[in-house]
Formats: sequence, C-alpha cells, structure tokens
Amino acid sequence: MAWQWFHRLGSPRWFYQKTEAWLPWLALVSVVLLAVGSAWGLGFAPEDAKQGNSYRIIFIHVPAAFLALAGYYIMAISGAIGLIWKMKLSFAVMRAAAPIGAVLTFISLFTGAVWGKPTWGAYWVWDARITSMLILLFLYVGVMALSHAVSREQVADKASALLALVGTVNIPIIYKSVDWWFTLHQPATIRLTESSSIDPSMFYPLLTMIIGFYCMYAWTLLTHTRTLLLKREMRTKWVQEELAGGR
Amino acid sequence: MSTVDVQMPVSEVRSGPGFMALFRIEMLLALRKRADIANPLLFFVTVLALLPLGVGPEPELLAKMAPGMIWVMALLATMLSQESLFRGDFEDGTLEQLTLLPQPLYFAVLAKSLVHWIATGLPLALLSPLLALMLNLPVDGYVCLLVSLLLGTASLSLIGAIGAALTVALRRPGLLLALIVMPLYVPVLIFGTGAVQAAIDGYAYSAQLAILAALLAAAAALAPLAAAGAIRISLDN
Repeated sequence: MAWQWFHRLGSPRWFYQKTEAWLPWLALVSVVLLAVGSAWGLGFAPEDAKQGNSYRIIFIHVPAAFLALAGYYIMAISGAIGLIWKMKLSFAVMRAAAPIGAVLTFISLFTGAVWGKPTWGAYWVWDARITSMLILLFLYVGVMALSHAVSREQVADKASALLALVGTVNIPIIYKSVDWWFTLHQPATIRLTESSSIDPSMFYPLLTMIIGFYCMYAWTLLTHTRTLLLKREMRTKWVQEELAGGR
Repeated sequence: MSTVDVQMPVSEVRSGPGFMALFRIEMLLALRKRADIANPLLFFVTVLALLPLGVGPEPELLAKMAPGMIWVMALLATMLSQESLFRGDFEDGTLEQLTLLPQPLYFAVLAKSLVHWIATGLPLALLSPLLALMLNLPVDGYVCLLVSLLLGTASLSLIGAIGAALTVALRRPGLLLALIVMPLYVPVLIFGTGAVQAAIDGYAYSAQLAILAALLAAAAALAPLAAAGAIRISLDN
C-alpha cells in the first residue's frame, strides 16, 4: 500500500491529470518569488565593497548554475529509474530535463562571462569552474544529440539514460573544481554546514532567487514533461479524451 | 571478429577462461589488419607535423604546447579508431552471438578494449618520446609523458567503448561519437597534461600519475559494464 503512489506515478495518465492542478500554484509561487527576489536583489541589496554594482548578476548567475548542476542529477536519476523499473514516465522526465538543463547551463555561462568582464577584465577565462561548466553543457548536448539520433523512441530513451548516468562521473569534478584547483573563480560562498561568507543583506535576496529558480524549474519541467507525454501517448485513448475534453 | 573464427572459441569459452579465448581472437584479428593499427599512428604523426606549420616553428612556443598537443592528439586518435570497435561484429551478427555466451558481456568488452589499447594506445605512447623530441619538449618530461600516456590511453580505450557501443546501430556515428565521448575524456586529459607539466616544471608528478592509475582502475571496473549495457540497448534497435 505504501508503494502505491510510486506505481501510480509510473502511469503517464495519472501523472498528467494529477499535475494539472499543481501548475498554476507553481507558476504563481515562482513568479512571485522571482519578482520579489530580483527587485530586492537589484534595487535594495547594498552595493558590494569591492565589486560595486556588478556583483548583482549573482542573483541570476548563482541560481542558474545551481540548477544547471541539480538538473543534471534530475536527468540522470530519472534516467536510472527508467532503466531499472522501465517506467515510461521517468524517461519522459529525463528527456524533458535535458534541454532545460542545457539552457540553464548556457545562462550561467553567459552571465558569468558578462560578470567576468568588469571583475577579471576578460569575458572568457579558461578557469576550472568555467571550463567544467562548458563540459557540463557538452554533456547535456550529447544526451540530447543521442536521443535525437536514434530513431526508435524506446531505444533512444534507454541509450540516452545510460549516457546521462555515465556522465555523472564528471559532476563531482565540476562541483569541487573551485576547491581543487585554485584559479580565478572564487570558492563557494554559500555553505550548508558552516556559516556562509556572504552578508545576510545579500544572502536573503539570493536565497529568494534560488528558491524561485527551483520553483520555476519544477514548473518548466512539469510543463515540458506533460507536453512530451501527450506527444508520446498520442495514440492512447486517454490522450484523445483529454484533448477532446479540453476544447 | 569474422564468422570463420567463431566455431573455435565458443567451445573454449564453455570449457574454460572465456576472456582469454576472446582476447586471443581479437588479437589475431588486429594483427591481420595491420593497416588499422598503422592508421591512428599516422594520423597522430601527421597532425602533430601540422602544428609547427600552423603556429610557427619557434622552439620555445612548441615546447610550451607539446604536452597538451600530444595529449589532445592521443585523444583524437583513440576516438577516431574506436568508431569501428563494435561495427564489424554488429554488422555480421557476432555481437548478438557474444551476448548469448554463458559469460557476462563485460569480458567481451574488456577483451576488445584491451586489444584496442594494444593496437592504438600502446604504440602511440611508445612513439610519444620521438614526437616530444620533434616538438622540443624538455627532457625532464619524457618519462612522465610516456607513463601518463600508457595509463591514460588505456582509460580512453575503455571509456570510448561506451560511446562506440551506444552509437553502433547508427548509420553515421562519427561526430555524435565525438560529442558523447569527448566530455568523458576530460578528467584523463586534465591529469595527463597536469602530470607532464609538473614534470617539466621540476615538481613531483607521482600524485597525478596515481590519479591516472585510479581512473584506469575505475574505468576497467565500470566502463565495460556500461558498454555492455549499451550494446544490449543498441541491439534492441
């Protein structure tokens, strides 16, 4: 009985109908958090002593980078669940997570480049963290390319899930790159276990933005997964009923 | 593996150490197709010869670029030769037969990767001091370059097998294979070039070599498993 929800979760139909109610709430929460966080961060947080106003890009840069990495885990774990329990749904989640993660990685690279110009004097530096984030982008693109190259959907699902799993070996390296190689990039300022080295007046808006990004990620992932499910289950009765009923 | 050879090993596989039987066949096949061994080496040498033509022949500049260039070329040569690792066997059905053997597919992949390394990585590493000489690499780096390439190319052969297995059923895997495999090669490249650079600068490089050896151990244990899984997925197609 305790596992019933897990089996139900494997059913695309149940998932599609259940998540319908969550979407407006997720959208509302993420829009509010992002609006409050960016107004707070851009307008009211104090200026940085060393970097002036240019530091404010962290309110986009840091949450995007967080989710770029977390998104890889979401993709790889849902791929693994798909391989192990042969769930159609989790393959759909994996396929949906790949482009979202790639976009977030790109955003964090882009904002990093914009931030790099005033602080380091160059848009692009071959620093450990930047280079490893670029590798992360290639990992995402590789999974997407493989899933599009294989013609049969089930084979494509399994193959890209396996590739996503293999790629996870690089993720700890990306995480720890700033601690292992002392290069230009600053070490992590937010820590869960010790006290952070960032001032509370900057930390709270940043935290708001991070939570907002997480909600937005969930919202986007759900929407994208639901679309993929409709496309994949096109021939089933429930999709046809769903589409006919909605109009 | 050609179909003619299949009869002989299967009985051996049942009776005894199947890994050795597969290894022997693969080795024999590699030795019979000598061009396949020569091509990656020729590629390696040709592209490295282009480098001084491209960036200029100043010895200091070449010396500075040598470790990285030799390593990147080793990566490319390994990857390009890996495209055909399972292709012949896939096309003539041998790969499917291998999955039916009464031993894990792991050993078949391990045997193939080992032979691939003996045919490409090993000669490439042995050739590297000559190229290092041509590129004016400081003498302090020679031993380290050789050892790091010996350890590193073996990992590359094993990791690349995953990409080759994932793309074996595709008609034209070339660029996709590169896209899949190159990010996975990155740790090996970082520690390989790091070791050589440390050796040139006169620091101890045993730590980097130890990490390369650890990567090799992990790759030998895990990569054939992943590649075997990928083969089973690809055969579904």
